[in-house]
Amino acid sequence: MTLCLAFIPYSAYVYTNGTEASHIAPMSDQARYGQALFQQHNCIACHQFYGLGGYMGPDLTNVISNRGSAYARAFLMSGTQRMPNFDLNEPELDAMVAFLEFVDTTGRYPADEYQINWYGTVVENNE
Amino acid sequence: MVGLKFLRLGMLALAAGMFFGVIGGFQFLFPEFLRELLFTKTRPLHVSLVVSWIFLGAVGGIYYYLGNQCRLKLFSVRAANWHLWIFIVTGLAILACYFAGKFGGREYFEYPAVLSIPIFLSWLMFGVNYFKSVFKSTEPWPVYYWMWGTGIIFFFITFAESYLWLIPYFRDNMVREITVQWKSYGALTGSWNMLVYGTAIFVASKIGEDEHTARSKMAYGLYFLGLFNLMFGWAHHTYLVPTAPWIRTFAYAVSMTELFMLGKILWDWRKSLAEYQINRHCNAYRFLFASEIWVFVNLVLALVISVPAWNLLTHGTHITVAHAMGTTIGINTMILLSSVFYVIRVELPVEVHSGCSGQVKLGYWIANASLAVFFASLILAGLGKGLHDGGSFQEMMLSIRPFLLMFVVSGVTLMAGIWIVLLYAVRLINLRLSSEKSGAFVPEY
Repeated sequence: MTLCLAFIPYSAYVYTNGTEASHIAPMSDQARYGQALFQQHNCIACHQFYGLGGYMGPDLTNVISNRGSAYARAFLMSGTQRMPNFDLNEPELDAMVAFLEFVDTTGRYPADEYQINWYGTVVENNE
Repeated sequence: MVGLKFLRLGMLALAAGMFFGVIGGFQFLFPEFLRELLFTKTRPLHVSLVVSWIFLGAVGGIYYYLGNQCRLKLFSVRAANWHLWIFIVTGLAILACYFAGKFGGREYFEYPAVLSIPIFLSWLMFGVNYFKSVFKSTEPWPVYYWMWGTGIIFFFITFAESYLWLIPYFRDNMVREITVQWKSYGALTGSWNMLVYGTAIFVASKIGEDEHTARSKMAYGLYFLGLFNLMFGWAHHTYLVPTAPWIRTFAYAVSMTELFMLGKILWDWRKSLAEYQINRHCNAYRFLFASEIWVFVNLVLALVISVPAWNLLTHGTHITVAHAMGTTIGINTMILLSSVFYVIRVELPVEVHSGCSGQVKLGYWIANASLAVFFASLILAGLGKGLHDGGSFQEMMLSIRPFLLMFVVSGVTLMAGIWIVLLYAVRLINLRLSSEKSGAFVPEY
């Protein structure tokens, strides 16, 4: 019973303050459309955000700041040997890139600068 | 008989799930392989079918044990049959969506979200049936009743939680969305583990003919530790997502409590060997024994990757896959196969009276030896990825190709080993189900 009582406020904290990301700009409608397309094509089967997802393709968390929007757009347009061409039209391409640009603003993965404490935890320098 | 039908359907799902897993493995190595059935389809086919096996195997066992072994009457056999049919129809709809390329696009639940409604309703039916049955018990509950009940309740909570992304408040905040998704998945895995580990304790207590196994203080202690980890240990999946730092530190501390379980397993090692080997459930014992070894191996790996400093290296690599495969095949599947063979031994005492079957023995050794190679190749591929410094994704994939080749070859032999076992088990369950119609057998309860 004690465990269950502790679980409720803990979950509430995770749903609210624990995951508050005030530094992130609100998601635009275009990015929201891109998010829906990302799910419709099941991109997570092959790609990852923050290392979570499939391993057929690379992690996309910071693909925009690492490689640029044009690079991401080129891959989406033509596909590769590993990635099929999903025949996205212009508005869909714009939306997908807008979504990836939004994800890029949420954080860095893997962390660039961090410190490891003696007991094994990791603290990112910007935390 | 509805429990047997669940078990049979589960084994068919496992056989098909492994087949799609092997196709997906080939696509990892040869991206042009079977382009008509993209990896975006083969992966969800593999995952959903294998997860179905775990649920069908656990639920089938619970229906069977409640009705035949627990001195309880199943509250509603009709509701259990409805549960089976809803599962079949929903499952076929999900498979059709995958083949047609209609996705919901969430990892593990990649089907359109609307199909979660019948799953939720059928589970509600199962929950009511379960609790109405066990509340009739006049004795204090053994630990497996608690574990099965906890698994059912937490399935409701975590399954509902995994759909919070449909609400814009969650969906529009990427950090919250990912965190809540993995909070739910971590605990959902914990909920099905409750069903499976409850089954393991049930089978161990029956074949060891020692009810103390399921009523000791230690059994309840381990149950509470499992529940604690289910509720609060999930965040080791999201160490690298920018959540509040204390959530991650707390998860690290919670994960380390599993060291106690590891110590307990080592402590009991010799004792458990002596207890099990004297019994007559040779096939069931064999798989339970294998699961103990895989529990040990996976617990060590889980502890290692739960240390944040090491998680930096292993997160987002094939080491995570090794952990997932090691637990679903090495632990869950071995326990559920043990349960299947326990049921078969009880239902068909004449056919399987002479102890271990040669066919099962062959499949068992092929499967476990292959799983060891499969597991090792994923660890090596993960280390290759984690230690890869700079360079493109393609270069990294090229550098780990030998390990991926090992992974695919051992995946094929693993499938062959499991199929050999399943062929034997499905044949016997078919025999029992067909004899039920003619009334030819009297099972040994």
